[in-house]
Amino acid sequence: MNVPEEFKYTKEHEWLKAEEGLATIGITDYAQSELGDIVFVELPQVGDAVSQGEPFGTIEAVKTVADLFSPVSGEVSELNPKIEEDPAVMNKDPYGEGWMMKIKMSEASQADSLLSPTDYRALIEKTE
Amino acid sequence: MSIEAGLRKTPFYDIHIKLGAKMVPFAGFIMPLQYRSIIEEHRRVRTSVGIFDLTHMGEFEISGPESLDFVQKMTTNDVKRLEVMQIQYTTMCYEDGGIVDDFLVYRLQDKYVLVVNAANIEKDFSHLQDHLPRRGVELKDSSYETALLAIQGPRAEEVFARMTEYDLSTLPFYWSAYAELCGERILFSRTGYTGEDGFELYLPNGLAPKFWEKAMEAGREFGVEPIGLGARDSLRLEMKYALYGNDIDRTTTPLEAGLGWIVKLDTADFFGKEALLKQKREGISRKLVAFQLKERGIPRQHCRILRDGKQIGEVTSGMFSPSLEIGIGLGYVPAEFSKIGESLEIDIRGKKVPAEIVKPPFWKKGSHK
Repeated sequence: MNVPEEFKYTKEHEWLKAEEGLATIGITDYAQSELGDIVFVELPQVGDAVSQGEPFGTIEAVKTVADLFSPVSGEVSELNPKIEEDPAVMNKDPYGEGWMMKIKMSEASQADSLLSPTDYRALIEKTE
Repeated sequence: MSIEAGLRKTPFYDIHIKLGAKMVPFAGFIMPLQYRSIIEEHRRVRTSVGIFDLTHMGEFEISGPESLDFVQKMTTNDVKRLEVMQIQYTTMCYEDGGIVDDFLVYRLQDKYVLVVNAANIEKDFSHLQDHLPRRGVELKDSSYETALLAIQGPRAEEVFARMTEYDLSTLPFYWSAYAELCGERILFSRTGYTGEDGFELYLPNGLAPKFWEKAMEAGREFGVEPIGLGARDSLRLEMKYALYGNDIDRTTTPLEAGLGWIVKLDTADFFGKEALLKQKREGISRKLVAFQLKERGIPRQHCRILRDGKQIGEVTSGMFSPSLEIGIGLGYVPAEFSKIGESLEIDIRGKKVPAEIVKPPFWKKGSHK
């Protein structure tokens, strides 16, 4: 399972990349593989507030549905328009074109407390 | 992997693993859920051809001089109408009209073969055994000696024609035949659970992997792909084919499930006939309907079905239809609200999504003949 080195991770199988107070988030390769074909994603609107650990949306896949939990607190600043057009992009390229949204972080230090790639790899190996 | 403990492997197991299938436990077997993508596998069957491992299905052989009367008594369809090698879809009911199982009955030269749901093998067998007459009928469970491979899709005949000398154009839907395949005499039928043309091949376990390879080879130019249980479920739901355990069970009758066409109340006696006659006379109070969502959403099993804000039923099967690209489902609603065009709402995780009862099947362009 692909776990790139440049991201932080959550127990809920999301990844985060922080750059100058702005966090880009998505779901991991493991998550997309477990979910199977993603049919659509319910995301908040730009400007909505999200809180660390709280649900902010859902992913509907053919066989199942999953809640999305915010890795950090802040304000939604951008949504990936590709996900609305072709949600399967999250299956095909979860760390690249399949990113979900960007959050203007209210506490940048929250990003540091997330799982490292090594910790996340250990987590999914334990689950498998 | 721990989930494999105590689960049966089909003779195709090593092939599934080699292909990287996502394996899941299903009715005591470890089966492929998907190889690549449920949606893509589904579309491959609708537009071309796919092959399925259906070895989990159970097979019972019923022979002896009294076998016709016995099968007639145990099932709701009219077995007497079957000619040799013909097949019939039927239900087996309890005295109260509840369904024990739904299955296919093959009338072969010297016996009847029932092809039953994997999850019901033991229950069906003991139900049949309990009603076996003292003499004249022999009942045998050959489930674990038989592998089942299905070739399904509009190109299925072209693929299978490359594997056999048999003139498939002469074989109508719901008929079976024997063919020479790789030097073996094999029972096969023109049947399926997808809405497309297709064949089901009953194979001795030992030869099964070889036939899989042959079918893949024969189908290469048509882009044949292996198809998992995920797409099998979406393909059958688009046809409104009932799934035992979801849409039908011991608490539902075939009349409520829209299976009246396989309940022949004017023929010989069968278990459940009195109850079903009474239900028919009095009118059914609820009915299994097919609905599709009018807005984005995916109905799932056990979602509440609402009308004017009040619950009137529950979703028995629901999913995203890969062909229609919309949420579709089945569920029982009171007969007075079961008309085509009736407006409903489906409670999807607290969100009320408008839906409409539609005339089944959802997929109307199936290639089955």
